[in-house]
Amino acid sequence: MTTKAWDSIETIAEAVASGHVSATSNVQEALARLKEHEDSKAIIEIYRDRALERAKAIDADIKQGKPAGRLAGVPFIAKDNFLTFGGKTTAASNILKPFEAPYQATAIERLEAEGAICVAKANLDAFAHGSSTENSDFMVTKNPHDPTRVPGGSSGGSATAVALNIAPFALGTDTGGSIRQPASYCGVVGYKPTYGLVSRSGVVAMASSTDVIGPITRSAKDAAIVLDVMSGRDQFDSTTVDRDHTPYTQFDESLKGKKVGVIKEYMGEGVDEHVRARIESAIQSMQQAGAEIVEVSLPSLPLALACYYIICPAEVSSNLSRYDGQRYGYSDKNAKDLDESYDLSREVGFGREAKRRIMIGTYVLSSGYYDAYYKKAQTVRTKIIEEFAQAFKKVDLLVGPTAPTPAFQIGAHTDDPLQMYLSDIMTVAVNLAGVPAVSIPAGRVNNLPIGLQIIAPQHHDRLLLSIANQTERILE
Amino acid sequence: MAKLRKDDILKLARLSRLRLSDEEVRQFGDELSAILEYVEQLASVDTSDLEPTAQVTGLTNVLRPDTIIDYHETPEALLKNAPATEKGYIKVKRVLG
Repeated sequence: MTTKAWDSIETIAEAVASGHVSATSNVQEALARLKEHEDSKAIIEIYRDRALERAKAIDADIKQGKPAGRLAGVPFIAKDNFLTFGGKTTAASNILKPFEAPYQATAIERLEAEGAICVAKANLDAFAHGSSTENSDFMVTKNPHDPTRVPGGSSGGSATAVALNIAPFALGTDTGGSIRQPASYCGVVGYKPTYGLVSRSGVVAMASSTDVIGPITRSAKDAAIVLDVMSGRDQFDSTTVDRDHTPYTQFDESLKGKKVGVIKEYMGEGVDEHVRARIESAIQSMQQAGAEIVEVSLPSLPLALACYYIICPAEVSSNLSRYDGQRYGYSDKNAKDLDESYDLSREVGFGREAKRRIMIGTYVLSSGYYDAYYKKAQTVRTKIIEEFAQAFKKVDLLVGPTAPTPAFQIGAHTDDPLQMYLSDIMTVAVNLAGVPAVSIPAGRVNNLPIGLQIIAPQHHDRLLLSIANQTERILE
Repeated sequence: MAKLRKDDILKLARLSRLRLSDEEVRQFGDELSAILEYVEQLASVDTSDLEPTAQVTGLTNVLRPDTIIDYHETPEALLKNAPATEKGYIKVKRVLG
């Protein structure tokens, strides 16, 4: 944790654009930091050659006086479920271990078009199934503040890399909390945009109706510039929505006069009392800055986790059926016929959690159970969405903790999948409703970081980033 | 409560195209039953006046012009990830035993 902090993204890009610092030296710095922090096991693969090549090209362009991008020469790390050139894309799974992407994710293309450089791919729970990064088929990432603890997940490698200042920013994906929860555990900013704001094209699908892509950064300002570059409609993802015409970096909203609702269901039983105390003090600071604080109840929130753990595995079982060992990925060589090739490839290629979710999903979608489980969960989802809509008639923003506890010990929940699922209890409802939310650092409990979660209505991402920017300054 | 027995797990594994070890069959029986018991709390929620939600964007019929997009990709590059190929096709094991 002693590495010198990177400057803000804007400052780094300006220094490169003006020729004061080369993109190459930024990449070399990131490569040195990747080496220095190898022990954290945050990284699956370093894209050394391609990163240096791209840096050289950017430096040459700038020397020739060509216009520099908004992220010129800014190194970043992508979670390894983003399709990227420069090496493998594995989703931390054995079945995709040999996979080399034939095209790049739209998010990556947009970042590269503005001069950003992907230097490495970060570890995750295989296929993003998990809350601790322990479900990676390759290795367990260590929490940057305490190596005996998990970094959270599933974007645990990304959050760890940013907390360790390996790169100025990282990309994550958030299906049920996978950006916000590790951000909370690692003491960084994790931004989950409105569903559909960032194209999912070229990102390994988990639960398509809740999957979003977002930045993990050290500040709301950095998150805003990355989001601004990535967001907007994409012809390769027909679920993308229109973006705000004003840049997400334009912070002109303030806590003064804003009505902020404290979610009653997230402040009661099940929350560590020290976490609750830290969150209460953060909310008090928001009040001192001029926000009007009220308590808001969304009575169906305690059902969100049960709802999510029907819908998510259902979509997972469908999305993971494409991994059949025939067209790409691991293929078992011992199979005698096609049927056996499917079975053996999937048996070896999928880890425990993927198998668990595929089977739960298959069960809740099967004839005779579909109405009782899947359709029921989709209908409870409507109830949760309506309660968010009601709440946002009364308040501008909602707040609560990101997670009920700080980071837990490695191995604490590996024998009990249900306990592991419970660490997502405060993040999943946001995904079901498709609203944007952010986790920002809100101090420490037992010397471990915890996060304050702020939630806004759909499409109010700019408001949310403005308020997160102001709040993180107050809490510093 | 849905208590999954060995037969249920084996059937689910078959439907899911997964082959499980004996140990996995035993473990998944307990774990999946516990997870199903937890999610069954939804059964008691009154949703009689609500419709299910499948997506949250509100978008309908998103279309694009029916024009060819050049991806600048060669068949060779796209087949690079295939475990086995022959004459530009993906090769699979025999279908009939």
